[in-house]
Amino acid sequence: TMAATKTSKEQRYDRQLRLWGDHGQEALENAHVCLINATATGTETLKNLVLPGIGAFTIVDGHTVSGEDVGNNFFLSSSSIGKNPDKLLDNDPEFFHRFTLVIGVQLPESTCLRLGSVLWSASVPFLVCKTYGLIGYMRLVVKEHTVIESHPDNALEDLRLDQPFAELKSHIQSYDLESMEKKDHSHTPWIIIVAKYLEKWLSEHNSQPPKNYKEKEAFRQLIRQGILKNDNDVPEDEENFEEAVKNVNTALNPTKIPTAVEDLINSEQCSNITSQSASFWVMLRAIKEFIQSEGNGSLPVRGTIPDMIADSQKFINLQNVYREKAMQDAAAVSKHVECILQSVGKVSCKNASFLRVVCCRSLAEEYSVDSVNKDEITSYMDSPDSEMVLYLMLRAVDRFYQQHSRYPGVYNYQVEEDISKLKLCVNSLLQEYSLNVNIKDDYIHEFCRYGAAEPHTVAAFLGGSAAQEVIKIISHQFVPFNNTFIYNAMSQTSATFQL
Amino acid sequence: MNLLLFSLFREKKRRRVVELTEKMVVDGGTGTRCEWEGRWNHVRKFLERSGPFTHPDFEASTESLQFMLDTCKILVIGAGGLGCELLKDLALSGFCNIHVVDMDTIDVSNLNRQFLFRPKDVGRPKADVAAEFINSRIPGCCVVPYPFESNAFCVEFHIIVCGLDSIVARRWMNGMLLSLLVYEDGVLDPSSIIPLIDGGTEGFKGNARVILPGMTACIDCTLELYPPQINFPMCTIASMPRLPEHCIEYVRILLWPKEKPFGDGVGLDGDDPDHIQWVYQKSLERAAEFSITGVTYRLTQGVVKRIIPAVASTNAVIAGKGQNPGIVKFAYIPLNNYMVFNDVDGLYTYTFEAERKENCSACSQVPQDLHFSPSSKLQEVLDYLTESASLQMKSPAITATVEGKNKTLYLQSVASIEQRTRPNLSKTLKELGLSDGQELAIADVTTPQTMLFRLSFTS
Repeated sequence: TMAATKTSKEQRYDRQLRLWGDHGQEALENAHVCLINATATGTETLKNLVLPGIGAFTIVDGHTVSGEDVGNNFFLSSSSIGKNPDKLLDNDPEFFHRFTLVIGVQLPESTCLRLGSVLWSASVPFLVCKTYGLIGYMRLVVKEHTVIESHPDNALEDLRLDQPFAELKSHIQSYDLESMEKKDHSHTPWIIIVAKYLEKWLSEHNSQPPKNYKEKEAFRQLIRQGILKNDNDVPEDEENFEEAVKNVNTALNPTKIPTAVEDLINSEQCSNITSQSASFWVMLRAIKEFIQSEGNGSLPVRGTIPDMIADSQKFINLQNVYREKAMQDAAAVSKHVECILQSVGKVSCKNASFLRVVCCRSLAEEYSVDSVNKDEITSYMDSPDSEMVLYLMLRAVDRFYQQHSRYPGVYNYQVEEDISKLKLCVNSLLQEYSLNVNIKDDYIHEFCRYGAAEPHTVAAFLGGSAAQEVIKIISHQFVPFNNTFIYNAMSQTSATFQL
Repeated sequence: MNLLLFSLFREKKRRRVVELTEKMVVDGGTGTRCEWEGRWNHVRKFLERSGPFTHPDFEASTESLQFMLDTCKILVIGAGGLGCELLKDLALSGFCNIHVVDMDTIDVSNLNRQFLFRPKDVGRPKADVAAEFINSRIPGCCVVPYPFESNAFCVEFHIIVCGLDSIVARRWMNGMLLSLLVYEDGVLDPSSIIPLIDGGTEGFKGNARVILPGMTACIDCTLELYPPQINFPMCTIASMPRLPEHCIEYVRILLWPKEKPFGDGVGLDGDDPDHIQWVYQKSLERAAEFSITGVTYRLTQGVVKRIIPAVASTNAVIAGKGQNPGIVKFAYIPLNNYMVFNDVDGLYTYTFEAERKENCSACSQVPQDLHFSPSSKLQEVLDYLTESASLQMKSPAITATVEGKNKTLYLQSVASIEQRTRPNLSKTLKELGLSDGQELAIADVTTPQTMLFRLSFTS
């Protein structure tokens, strides 16, 4: 039955639903992913997408299985389209347009660039993955990826104590700390306490809030003085006041639009809304208009407050003040959305501070001599053992493949003699891009030693990393990397570059 | 998983993993070996070729692979999210002698990441099913399952890899390996060290670390790194709830024991949907009383079972990283020694060397002091043992030698003894006959060996 299937899916996916919710799961189940090359890295990535419930997948792989494939690959039988991707690109490049995202694994440079160009024009996100010896490599290619739910780890609270809205002001005014009974006094939320003492401070300091450490300390003292004293003039145990003192910094955080959001609001996509604009930009434009009108220069109120010591009623009442304001603001934003476009869905603005957009450069831009990111490469190469050297070696190895139709050092007898050949590739690479950097011979030796091996543990690590990035793209939750990720299994370190 | 207990050894001699070239005498067969051309090509390139970044003691040879295939014995503790990944990674890296311990059975909610299990396996022991799957998928690999608590475990292992879901279990394992260390004239015999590779994941975060007992930081050295478990104050739960979680805890802790909805003595079983449904309904009622919104079935289950979100990808990453020291360890310098991973925003990794704690209660061999005044009550000592960030004991049992006799001062785990010794908690240390400098022997689930503390009276 439908109900039974739903329950069993809820049970099965329970642990991940707590991370990306039912709507994230829905996006995953509606996605169709294409994997090119079912190598160990490829199948590991796919496994980590099948397990959480990806809707459909297609494997394109023209290779036949060899003994060493069976040695490092957990999945022997896969239904694959036995064509090779180059043929598809020749005969039917639009084949790839149907996919939500394409994952290209262990691709030679030429195929990768061709595929990259087709997918870029079709606006299909492309994730390139490669395990090369003890090095893992990922490159995300997506023109514009919007994220409404970024789920930041450490978000600042949105308390508006520096510019309390009308309802918050009158709620604060309804409290008279001086005339309260002890029970009420000790269970007043710290937000109210700070607000009250801030009022006092402002009236005594020319409307200037505490700014530096000295002033904040003085402010804390002011609050402490408010703690009730018993008959022997000894301060009572009022935990809510202790909380107020502890949270002075949080409370005094100025209400500000985060730079990331400012940039988005001032971007071209936000200014030029057309019928083609994604709902993300429509919402952003509506928020911009809100800021300029009802918001008085600020974002819609988020509406959540942290837990704090208080009796239930006081806490809930305070929470509701923020919640109702948030709903009011969201309704105002909705009206703006209506004015911008006819269709409107339910708008929640609680993520307004956390909106993100990730734009990756195309492979063509990365590889072109005219637009290569020289600065990024040379500045990282100031440390000659930075992961950037591994990126350059991967590029050199690709070059070697182009010239010799094989990778260096695959067979034992080749290791020694390929070192000088690979070195020539390194030099020609650096020359072509006018990169004035030095690559230690040790790395050239090491990459010959790798012999294009794909050890399972590195494939497994990369497969996990890649799958999660794919899930981020599909669900539009959490923030994908931008745009090159390198993992060094020797030192167990990693780095992200924007190339 | 409620892991516990290994006595791992019979023979005294232990070898460090890095000493590869000597022949080892280990019991247990390897199963029928069935090799084919090229099977270990990917692995061979690292073991049979020299390179500029390898460990200074490493010598390329064909013997390393043979050691891994024939002799090296690995113990994997936990066949869950990390465990499944670890077993696969080890088997495909050339390790053919693997033992796996897990006392749990398979649940539907495991299936989103524990890929060695299928819906038809629900209810079966994890260790058994995992071993079956690997053994049939990877020819020649022999995984031996232990789906039960094993007290007398007398096998030599070269490496132990943990994929546990509880800190208590980790500390137990840690204590176990420390108890195996041999000191000769105060100097640690390196052959008694069994390396421990430990990993853990939570949502999109994870960590992996390498522990060489007696040499590097142990689990207890870095106990403060673990975030404290959230426990709401009783007064909040009982009379001043504010969050939906408070309402659920109220039902779990206070209402259930009072109303005994499923009969006398029937404890709340987080895996029983009927139990959770009851808690959910009652939590809604409680929440309505205080105008609190947000109680859902999912939240109820999450709070009652203390559910930690989990996905396949993080487990794959941490197992890949954690196991790496396994093969990479043979050829390269191993992870030194603690690595964290977070892919909420991009991908973030950070590696650092966790340092040994000078007075670590588990590995430092420095006697632990307890500073109390003679007029302190025993309850204060108990509180210190459970609340101290560096000890974090669960339910310590305290014994001491008083007037020549061994006296149990307080013990929680046996009801009759708990009742008998409970009055001691409100007695002062002086009243209990304890003197300055005397030893207290303390046992707890967090340590396999009784810990000795020295009582030091303050004025």
